[in-house]
Amino acid sequence: MSEAAALSQRHRQLGLTDHEYELIVEKLEREPNEVELAVFSLMWSEHCAYKHSKLLLRTLPTEGPAVLMGPGENAGAVDVGGGLAVAFKVESHNHPSAVEPFQGAATGVGGILRDVFAVGARPIATLDSLRFGELDSSRSRYLLDRAVAGIGHYGNSVGVATVGGEIYFERPYEHNCLVNAMCLGIAPRERLTRSAAAGVGNHLVLLGALTGRDGIGGASVLASAELAEDEDKRPSVQIGDPFEEKKLLECCLELLDRGLLESLQDLGAAGLTSSSSEMASKGAVGVDIEVDRVPLREPGMEPFEVMISESQERMLCVVEPGRLDEVLALCERWEVRATPIGTVTDTRRLRVFAGGEIVGDMPVTALVDECPLYELEPEAPAEPIYPAPRPRVDPLHIPADQQLLELLRSPSIASKRWAFEQYDSIVGSRSARRAGAADAAVLALAPDGGEGALAVVIDGNGRRVACDPYTGTVEVVLECAANLACVGAEPLGLTNCLNFGNPEKPHIAWQLTESVRGLGDACRALGVPVVGGNVSLYNEGSEGPIFPTPVVGMVGVLPDPARVPGMGFAREGNAVALVGPFRPVAWGSEIEKLTGGMSNQLPPVDLEVQRKALELVREAARSGRLTSIHDVSDGGLGVALAECCIAGGIGAEVELEWPGLAPMLWGEGPGGYVVSGPPEAVDELAGTAGEVPVRRLGAVGGDALAIAAGAARLRVQVTDLKTAHEQAIPDLLS
Amino acid sequence: MKFGVVRFPGSCDEVDALLACRRFGDAELLWHGDRDLRGADAVVIPGGFSYGDYLRAGAIARFSPVMEAVAAFAADGGPVLGICNGFQVLCEAGVLPGALLPNTSLRFVCRQVDVVVENADTSFTRACARGDLLSIPGKHTTGRYYAPADDLDRMEANGQVVLRYAPGENPNGAEHDIAGVVNEAGNVMGLMPHPEHAVDPLTGSTDGGKLFESLAAREPVLA
Repeated sequence: MSEAAALSQRHRQLGLTDHEYELIVEKLEREPNEVELAVFSLMWSEHCAYKHSKLLLRTLPTEGPAVLMGPGENAGAVDVGGGLAVAFKVESHNHPSAVEPFQGAATGVGGILRDVFAVGARPIATLDSLRFGELDSSRSRYLLDRAVAGIGHYGNSVGVATVGGEIYFERPYEHNCLVNAMCLGIAPRERLTRSAAAGVGNHLVLLGALTGRDGIGGASVLASAELAEDEDKRPSVQIGDPFEEKKLLECCLELLDRGLLESLQDLGAAGLTSSSSEMASKGAVGVDIEVDRVPLREPGMEPFEVMISESQERMLCVVEPGRLDEVLALCERWEVRATPIGTVTDTRRLRVFAGGEIVGDMPVTALVDECPLYELEPEAPAEPIYPAPRPRVDPLHIPADQQLLELLRSPSIASKRWAFEQYDSIVGSRSARRAGAADAAVLALAPDGGEGALAVVIDGNGRRVACDPYTGTVEVVLECAANLACVGAEPLGLTNCLNFGNPEKPHIAWQLTESVRGLGDACRALGVPVVGGNVSLYNEGSEGPIFPTPVVGMVGVLPDPARVPGMGFAREGNAVALVGPFRPVAWGSEIEKLTGGMSNQLPPVDLEVQRKALELVREAARSGRLTSIHDVSDGGLGVALAECCIAGGIGAEVELEWPGLAPMLWGEGPGGYVVSGPPEAVDELAGTAGEVPVRRLGAVGGDALAIAAGAARLRVQVTDLKTAHEQAIPDLLS
Repeated sequence: MKFGVVRFPGSCDEVDALLACRRFGDAELLWHGDRDLRGADAVVIPGGFSYGDYLRAGAIARFSPVMEAVAAFAADGGPVLGICNGFQVLCEAGVLPGALLPNTSLRFVCRQVDVVVENADTSFTRACARGDLLSIPGKHTTGRYYAPADDLDRMEANGQVVLRYAPGENPNGAEHDIAGVVNEAGNVMGLMPHPEHAVDPLTGSTDGGKLFESLAAREPVLA
């Protein structure tokens, strides 16, 4: 076989279709060489080109009064007042984590941090959304243990607080765990930096770590295909060095502070290839890169390897010739390697030089903008996609007390203290509410007593989205907004990570299409724009697809963090009320899972009344009149009441007007809030609620949670609730 | 009163320490590559992972230029407070007795802990009373204080054990529940919990401010 013929077969191994290969030949007006084929295969991968999702993502609302930077930049940014901007983004690192959980999760954190400081914002918080199989599997316990350790290792060492997150355990994630990391950064508005390259003749300077063979083809081989034969892919997982990242972070922020950079971009998936061509595309310029100048970790790397290496802790910046010496001197002070490796040109082409010769020459627009986009072919499944889980509880044969304790012990509901104590949640002196103290993390805008605060939350619920992708996704957005409302925060924007299976399969395409439709409708109804995000497709193992898992990270602002109520009951004699249009059903609930059910529907949601309830709760939280606010989520009202007791270390006596405990106690649905406060404050709330229901349930007090509904009774000591909730995960891991 | 807060590459809590110090006096950052302490009356070595801590916590930082100056400052009786990684650095440098070993759990632990003031007669605790309970967060992987039994007995007898985890609060398996110690001369203190993260009611507690307050109340060292 001739060399050209061998190469023409190569494209399939690199994940390109025959049609895509023909298009590349057409764009180049010749056959690509080895370097060009490698570059195209990555730039045209699902991970970089969003070829199965871009058309859908274009339907999402991205504009709003606070938006400063929308999708397309390294991170989105919103105006939080006082001359400050907040940049944030969530990104997945699922397949690397499934192959090597410690490094996969660690470098997931590293990557999202770089996205945020690339726009000139100082990272102040990270959050993580994790999904694993059930903990009766040793593989799931291993993945959980190592992923949490990896997140802690990286985030703690870089000195950015991990302030929140969520973990769910469901069988469909057994082989394909999800690790989504979100970062939030803060910057003076004028320091926000874009990534467009500009100024013909300016230097391209590579900052940070040496370039090695790690992560070669990560975006195409790992991120854009279904998982199989894990061990073989281990060399495609990158290794993180948080110390290098810490120096790089401080150095980049100081370079920007001094106005020494024209633009800045992180090197993520597809390394130099995507960072340089995206910078060139945004600036409508070309770039020349001399691979011989790139500092290497090992000798003998081929030009194509240098171009696509995914070695971590690297950034690419554009510097005017007159400022180069100053840039290099500052980098030396921070002990950060800085090497001019190329120049900005007017060719609109990405040209790669090695040994004085051109080894690759491609039009930038073909690389970045001309990858074919595919219309999905959605088709609602005729048969259920997911098998019903094994039943763990027989509700007819155990009393209500036991049902509550079983729910609290269910790993998806149980306390995640085991995980979050492994994270530094306080560095930065902004954490006014730590994980577990309120429904959303609250971060002071100024770390030294200034006014105002941010609230941030990340959420997703694959089980409910699997029941009904449209409504389930609407509920994810509502859940985030509810968490923010509980601390008095008004949402300014959201970021999302769409974790789905193989979109080339019609039923996955249907899940994705319905989910994005729900996301758009909910965003429009609540007036919350999408400012950025990430798509992770092909999340399938040998036993089928994951639950469709859109994860949403939402950021809001509030005026006075000192007034924020906690989630726990606190004062004997406080009235307890249920606020909001809460209409619980068993479909998609944790109790349905424990009893071995799997529904294929959810009740429709009235977004207008949900929005009114959010506003009512937000104002109530801001007023400082209530003692506690907590939204009803997984496990329903019963679990929410138990969580209020556990958090506050005090009991409550509650009477429901319904004839029986289930499904009112265990059913789930959006729009329920448990509040406590002085009786007159709760009356006052009811008086101003309009069409939003406010139902008095009882009073705080005693050392047990007692619930009565008609003849049915439930009574559990708070200490027993706490033990069930907090010991469940440590017990399952020991 | 002027505090100098050392900044190594890999320091994480230096700005938090700087802000905490500024609640009680003037403060500025000291660069690891400089030997000049810029007229500081007290030096704080903050938490973090100096130089990455890949060899052993604090093992590289002790060789930095700034630490030469800090060691000389301490030898002259200047007050030095090492927090978490700073404690590890001071033990590595031999300025404080003992060593910090990996937590018995072998995991990073971030948790609010109660510590008991065992000696209120130091430059670092004079704003407290003996027996006071301080709520201060701890966060570390390598915080298990260790010294040979004879040394521990001598330190206990000398009043060098300044802070001890309250019963049931020891997060790392430290010998004698030790959270913080001073050197024999009493002018150098190291502790694992982070007092700079306990200076504002908004972030959970103000008890850590007592240490900075104590230092600030100290008579300035006359040149």
